[in-house]
Amino acid sequence: MIEWLESALHLTVQMGTVYLLASLGEIYAERSGILNLGLEGMMIMGAALSFIFTLAYGHLAAIIASIAAGVLMSLILAVMAIRMRLNQVVTGLALTMLGLGLSGFLASPEIRRGILLTLNPNIPEKLLGIQQAPTLPEYPIPILSEIPLVGEAFFHHNPLVYASYAAAPLMWYILFKTRLGLSLRSVGEDPAAADSLGVNVFLVRYLATMISGGFAGLAGAYLFLGFQPFWNEGMTAGKGFIALSLVILSTWNPLRAILGAYLFGGIETLQFRLQLMGWKAQSPYFLAMLPYLVAIITLTLISLENVRKRIGVPASLGVPYSREE
Amino acid sequence: MEPLVKLRGIVKRFPGVVANDRVDFKLRRGEVHALLGENGAGKTTLMNILYGLYQPNEGEIYVKGRKVRLRSPRDAIDLGIGMVHQNFRLIEPHTVLENIILGLREPGIRIDFERHAERIRLLAEKYGWRIDPWMRVWQLSAGEKQQVELLKILYRGADILILDEPTSVLTPHETRMLFKALRRMAGEGKGVIFITHKLGEVMEISDRVTVMRRGRVVVTKSTKETSPEELAYYMVGRSATLDFGGVEFAPGEVVAEVIDLEALSDKGVPALRKVSLAVRSGEILGIAGVSGNGQVELAEVIVGLRKATGGKVIISGIDATNKSTREIIELGVAYIPPESVRWGIIPEMRVVDNLFLKAYRYPPYSSKLILNWGRMFEKAEELVKEYEIVTPSVHAKARSLSGGNLQRLVLARELSGLIGEGIPKLIVAAYPTKGLDVRATNFVHKTLLRYRRLGAGILFISEDLDEIMMLSDRIAVMFEGRITGLLERGKADKEKLGLLMSETAPS
Repeated sequence: MIEWLESALHLTVQMGTVYLLASLGEIYAERSGILNLGLEGMMIMGAALSFIFTLAYGHLAAIIASIAAGVLMSLILAVMAIRMRLNQVVTGLALTMLGLGLSGFLASPEIRRGILLTLNPNIPEKLLGIQQAPTLPEYPIPILSEIPLVGEAFFHHNPLVYASYAAAPLMWYILFKTRLGLSLRSVGEDPAAADSLGVNVFLVRYLATMISGGFAGLAGAYLFLGFQPFWNEGMTAGKGFIALSLVILSTWNPLRAILGAYLFGGIETLQFRLQLMGWKAQSPYFLAMLPYLVAIITLTLISLENVRKRIGVPASLGVPYSREE
Repeated sequence: MEPLVKLRGIVKRFPGVVANDRVDFKLRRGEVHALLGENGAGKTTLMNILYGLYQPNEGEIYVKGRKVRLRSPRDAIDLGIGMVHQNFRLIEPHTVLENIILGLREPGIRIDFERHAERIRLLAEKYGWRIDPWMRVWQLSAGEKQQVELLKILYRGADILILDEPTSVLTPHETRMLFKALRRMAGEGKGVIFITHKLGEVMEISDRVTVMRRGRVVVTKSTKETSPEELAYYMVGRSATLDFGGVEFAPGEVVAEVIDLEALSDKGVPALRKVSLAVRSGEILGIAGVSGNGQVELAEVIVGLRKATGGKVIISGIDATNKSTREIIELGVAYIPPESVRWGIIPEMRVVDNLFLKAYRYPPYSSKLILNWGRMFEKAEELVKEYEIVTPSVHAKARSLSGGNLQRLVLARELSGLIGEGIPKLIVAAYPTKGLDVRATNFVHKTLLRYRRLGAGILFISEDLDEIMMLSDRIAVMFEGRITGLLERGKADKEKLGLLMSETAPS
């Protein structure tokens, strides 16, 4: 029984980390007023690139490449949403589509082979055809990992999980205790007010959007390398949208995002376990639908005026800013 | 002595208009300098240039004797210039403290909140304000919000202060407090620019006054050497007295009545608390009050745009509470919405379309299915003439019209009895002259008086006490969702209304 619980908790944290990483970045984007609905696309690009780059150069290069891919994609979103002032829902969804398509294309066997050979001409032949990559190694933390239950759940993971433990409080501190954080929150509430005090609204929004892209790429890399290292197309399966709802659930607070992430991770773990134990009740299609259902409900909720007021949605979320108007 | 600010030959063009035309302006140390002019005279544009929000097309700016280029508010702030905008630029969910220190340039990453809070408290006390830096801005009154805006500027050590129509949201008491603080600031050697269109305030607070008209400076004078009459003349370019003779008060039966009306604001808090009023035919019932005290909500509930949560609306003897807007329109209610540029027209549609947004579904402009465009064009041409709407043609998009002409368009649609060719029984006019120039304002006044003569009942909401006192047969005052007083024509003076409009009213 203890063992069952330990492994369930371990899996909960593993799953939760995907959500945590993705939502931490998204919190910054949304706090600055930019709704990054391209999260899913940026995550899957991160996953695809971490697959390819791990085979070519190893884990570190893979993680860097994934982050870079997320940042680049978010830069496209930023230019469209901030500079060209286009509708953020439409541009975000377009980027999700782009990411899903492009990742499938890049990781498809023929193309992947070509990319791998270009990246690393000396790559062993057997790596060119395989659908999987080595996972990130786990480093149990001495002493802490010996604690029953807690040790297995929290201190028996790969470095990216530990990084997420540090990232959440750090990002909370930056958001609420520093000058940059105050500027970022103000820009998302009332860009005109921030502008009139000399805050560079555009710069802050670009920065926040790129942070969200970077974290989304990292979340994708973690999903693949830390967790399910077999490539299959569309493997994020709506996790980006779940992370989006999580941002709302956390009321744009990085610390609360930890709780939400593990809650969602736990629910998912439970579903797996129940299926294994012979609960055939849920069809896989129902599970596959859930993320989108959650996304629709949360998006509907935040667009309702009085709900917005009550849960403290950044007042200028999704609203482009221009000065001479 | 070197002036704090010297503007020379400033020109600012916007598509189709010259907002500032070779403007010269000087601000001295230790003076309160009023910048007077009608809406659209170019005062705010000029100050936005001085604050780095707009870039001038021509001209030079000198601050403290140095020629400068202001590319953004940041440059202006660094030179000691601060501006309080007409609409507060405060972040409501944030604390006073966060609002004040936003954008401050200081070494270090972490913000020392405690130290700032203490210094802000001391600064506020110096001007006689009691502000808790840890309060959230949405908890503050309008007057306190303005103090926060000023603190924002003062905390940055600004000595050139620009205030854009600072009294428009204040009660008379709050205005007096503001004036006291401004005097104090001028006494410290700061320069204050006070943008306004109210003559009384110019005489009361300023040392010198510059009058602008149509983008140009007409005159700069010492306030002592001028008079309100002279300033009014400079402002509008001709004698500004208006003739409203020949309208006696002969009210008929009640056309509309609200009884114990209650409704919520957009924020979900009570906006109307048991409001009871009756409008009779042939009368103008003025609703005075600082905006945001439930006036707009009252109008919206009557015309069916907002749900009543309690009480009744009765129009022509029929219970119209929470009926659809269409049913209410068919009862003979006309509505001139606040900010009609935003809520009253569809900018991308043609003038003719906008004129018939209501009437298109009724004969003779349509049969059951088909629109009768011939009839509509004919009528639209007539209306354009009757209401003196300046437009290239009825085919022009509404967005190409100026604010005054758009308001004429809205009046034409709402009032000229397109439905059944009758006249409206009830006209609900919410801030119908806000933002209009003198000519357009006159036109609105005359039109309302004409319909009063024709027997319509008119609910007339305005912030402008002069206007309210001039037009209304009776004046109701609203404060925090209640009617705090109802005065007959001739029994109302500004002092009385001012008391009723603020919390200082004895109740």
